Amino acid sequence: MTYRIQGATGEWEVVIGLEVHAQISTLSKLFSGAATAFGAEPNTQVSLVDAAMPGMLPVPNRECIRQAVRTGLAIGAVINKWSRFDRKNYFYADLPQGYQISQLYHPLVGEGAIEIVPDDKHPDVTKVIGVERIHVEQDAGKLMHDQHPTMSYVDLNRSGVALMEIVSRPDMRSPAEAGAYLAKLRTILRYVGSCDGNMDQGSMRADVNVSVRRPGEELGTRTETKNVNSVRFVMATVEHEANRQVDVLESGGKIVQETRLFDPDTGTTRSMRSKEDAHDYRYFPDPDLLPLELDDAFVEECRASLPELPDAKRHRYETALGLSPYNAGVLTADADTARWFERLLTDSATRQGKSESDVARAASNWLTSELFGALNKLGRTLGDSPVSPEAGAELLALIGDGTISGSIAKQVLEKMLETGDAPGVIVEREGLKQTSDTGAIEAAVDAVLAANADKVAQYRGGKEALFGFFVGQTMKAMQGKGNPQLVNQVLKAKLG
Amino acid sequence: MSELTELGIAAIRDGVAKGDFTATEVAGAFNAAVAEANPALNAFIVTTPDHALAAAAKVDAARSSGQPLGKLAGVPIGMKDLFATEGVQTTAASHILEGFIPPYESAVSQKLWDAGAGMLGKLNLDQFAMGSSNETSAFGNVISPWRATGDTAARAPGGSSGGSSSAVAARIAAAATGTDTGGSIRQPAAFTGISGIKPTYGRCSRWGIVAFASSLDQAGPMARDVTDCAIMLEAMAGFDPKDSTSLDLPVPEWSTQLSDDLKGLKVGIPREYRLDGLNADVAKSWDDGIAWLKDAGAQVVDISLPHTRYALPTYYIIAPAEASSNLARYDGVRYGLRELPEGAGLQDMYAATRAAGFGPEVKRRILIGTYVLSAGFYDAYYTQAQKVRTLIARDFENAFKEVDVILTPTAPTSAFALGEKTSDPLEMYLNDVFSVPASLAGLPAMSVPAGLDAAGLPLGLHLIGRPFDEQGVLNAGLAIERRAGFAAKPAKWW
Repeated sequence: MTYRIQGATGEWEVVIGLEVHAQISTLSKLFSGAATAFGAEPNTQVSLVDAAMPGMLPVPNRECIRQAVRTGLAIGAVINKWSRFDRKNYFYADLPQGYQISQLYHPLVGEGAIEIVPDDKHPDVTKVIGVERIHVEQDAGKLMHDQHPTMSYVDLNRSGVALMEIVSRPDMRSPAEAGAYLAKLRTILRYVGSCDGNMDQGSMRADVNVSVRRPGEELGTRTETKNVNSVRFVMATVEHEANRQVDVLESGGKIVQETRLFDPDTGTTRSMRSKEDAHDYRYFPDPDLLPLELDDAFVEECRASLPELPDAKRHRYETALGLSPYNAGVLTADADTARWFERLLTDSATRQGKSESDVARAASNWLTSELFGALNKLGRTLGDSPVSPEAGAELLALIGDGTISGSIAKQVLEKMLETGDAPGVIVEREGLKQTSDTGAIEAAVDAVLAANADKVAQYRGGKEALFGFFVGQTMKAMQGKGNPQLVNQVLKAKLG
Repeated sequence: MSELTELGIAAIRDGVAKGDFTATEVAGAFNAAVAEANPALNAFIVTTPDHALAAAAKVDAARSSGQPLGKLAGVPIGMKDLFATEGVQTTAASHILEGFIPPYESAVSQKLWDAGAGMLGKLNLDQFAMGSSNETSAFGNVISPWRATGDTAARAPGGSSGGSSSAVAARIAAAATGTDTGGSIRQPAAFTGISGIKPTYGRCSRWGIVAFASSLDQAGPMARDVTDCAIMLEAMAGFDPKDSTSLDLPVPEWSTQLSDDLKGLKVGIPREYRLDGLNADVAKSWDDGIAWLKDAGAQVVDISLPHTRYALPTYYIIAPAEASSNLARYDGVRYGLRELPEGAGLQDMYAATRAAGFGPEVKRRILIGTYVLSAGFYDAYYTQAQKVRTLIARDFENAFKEVDVILTPTAPTSAFALGEKTSDPLEMYLNDVFSVPASLAGLPAMSVPAGLDAAGLPLGLHLIGRPFDEQGVLNAGLAIERRAGFAAKPAKWW
């Protein structure tokens, strides 16, 4: 489905590119040994280098480079074995050196691509978004304006923290695509472990470039909305900004190339500065640093250290495990969910003495519908689930070997969530074991048929839909513990 | 004990080791000499007699308890005020850092203290090492101990390491640290009749040295003679993981391998350095140098370094470009001077602080550097300069296929009078014409005294070597030193 803005004068196409800043998950900063933990007291994670004391020099942190290379490999990008750091010069109180060390001319990572599913409802419809480059750079500090009536304070804890700037091609055409791209990028970063993806803590934020044009025409003038910090806000930014631009153009105005800010309270963007007041950053190669030269062994080590990535995993879940595209999508969207599922799968197969592919569908259905639903009601996630994958596997094994029925399993899950007890213990304690005693089932069926002679007559007269009624009544009479297959068999036999 | 101040590094070290005198006596003698001379010479911005005495006491204690002594045990030196010294004001001779007391010690100064040296004080310099006469210091210019014959006019000690050259020449420091970006060790050494070596770029850690132009800045020793330079450089040099541009190579024992036997050595004489209208005394001293090297067994060869004439303009693009960025950190926010006029915002504070804190030459270079890096000018200036820099380095590479060391004059003239060149910055910049090419190529280069000119002022000869071949440079320097027999000293007028 093609996204178009219906203007007063016709249709408009939206063109979107994202520049995502992702904080590299390392214990120390890009060019100093200072720590990077979130939420520390102001100015407690600042080295002499981060404070730009006279004579201090940057030394690249190997682990930051490694994580950026791993990220590049994860999106199939070109790794530039020769790259270089440049200085981006500007004055601001949160930038102690008076320049940011970044990579303009020779980035570490070149062209790559990310495959997205723009619409969850159509998990089989994908689109490839180009990534132009990933470069590594320093973060700035933070100004605090609420500490003093007339002065601002500076917190340099973030100063020098390593960021990856991941620059997409202007390949997105709708708010949904922009949202899906950002979500997918976050998924990949979390799989790789190169960024925690916590947008609310500022570990990941997007600069959103938006322009509009008549379908098929030349690109329009773009605006850049800075530091948007959630998937939802990125979508809102695109939505608002595209409509604003259409309004401007249709009323005879021109789009000004400018930097804008998103206001989460109103869902709108406003101008921050125009191109005319744009800085001249005077980029030039940082003479304190040598060019970064990577050898093949380093790149291969990075490649070998990558886990199975979301697209590959999703494909494997569909083909080797036989999961539905929807389930495969849900289970791979998050590295932790996939990890949880795979533990469930391994444990289920072991307990039931079957192959993983034999138990995969039941396990994935139980996880996506039963456990997710139950956790959702409790306002919890898999991360703080009281039920472990091992306990889940035990429950699935009880269903699998006929000890309990699927409906009893729902009750058992509720108890598990309540008490944290193992399913076997709950089944034993509450007497929930399924009955496969044919005599007991026959007795129950006989009682049900006797009590509903009129319906039996109707059934025999051709109203076969009543079969379900008899099953329900029998199960009710047996408090749900009758083996459903046996109940069916006995009923079929008795009803003739 | 004034005769102790006549001694250089090797003599002091050996005398202390043998027990001819104590390190404390040496430190006391130099402290007294500094106290007496500094009001006249203005070589030190601050003096630190206690530091010198404490270091000496440690050496004396170590000696009496039979512990091994360092390479510079008992040697009191001056520290150029571009090196951060823990607990001692470090200013780069700029008002913007006045009162700044680093909580850290530069890598090079730490190595010197570890080798047993003591600090007499922080030496004056051109502001942020930008200058050739010491007249850009915010703390008043250094005065050379040298005067022309029959003249009392104050002479420039050279720059930017002018406090260092003045102190060593006046015998108020046994030796001193210098830094060299385009000639700041070699030109002042030449002006004051002492020796100084700028090692290969990367030999000495830049960690803790206030940066001027990162791709050019190198620390080196300034001392009475070539041997002292070799000893002190051994103590200063060495790989430092805190400086990404530091050379990961072992430090040779240059001083023990010194030899003035140059048999089999080829010395290049670059024809492009023979400028039109070259000062006659300088030209003669160059010829003397050629003769001495031949006498030492070397073969002298004419060579060409075709891009020499572009070196100075290239340097005056690259160095200011880097400086404009390196000096952005002096913004009044975290340390040093802060000018906060009533009602000022952030931008006003920057402007007021930097206007008040930087001297005119520093401002000039920041402006030049900002200009050459600006959008629309970057390619024409900075990119072009980098290309020319590569060509200049290639000139040397080609020359060193043929010769082992290159001999030139250090500076186009002897020391000029203070105030003589301050009105025309370009004329001042021309002082670096012989020293800048080696800086652009990162090569080891040294100046050794060659004699006096007609006015009775020292002249230096300049030796440039292959990358990492400090030994070749020092050996050729030693050959000149032994044959020049330079024994002149400034007459004490202070």
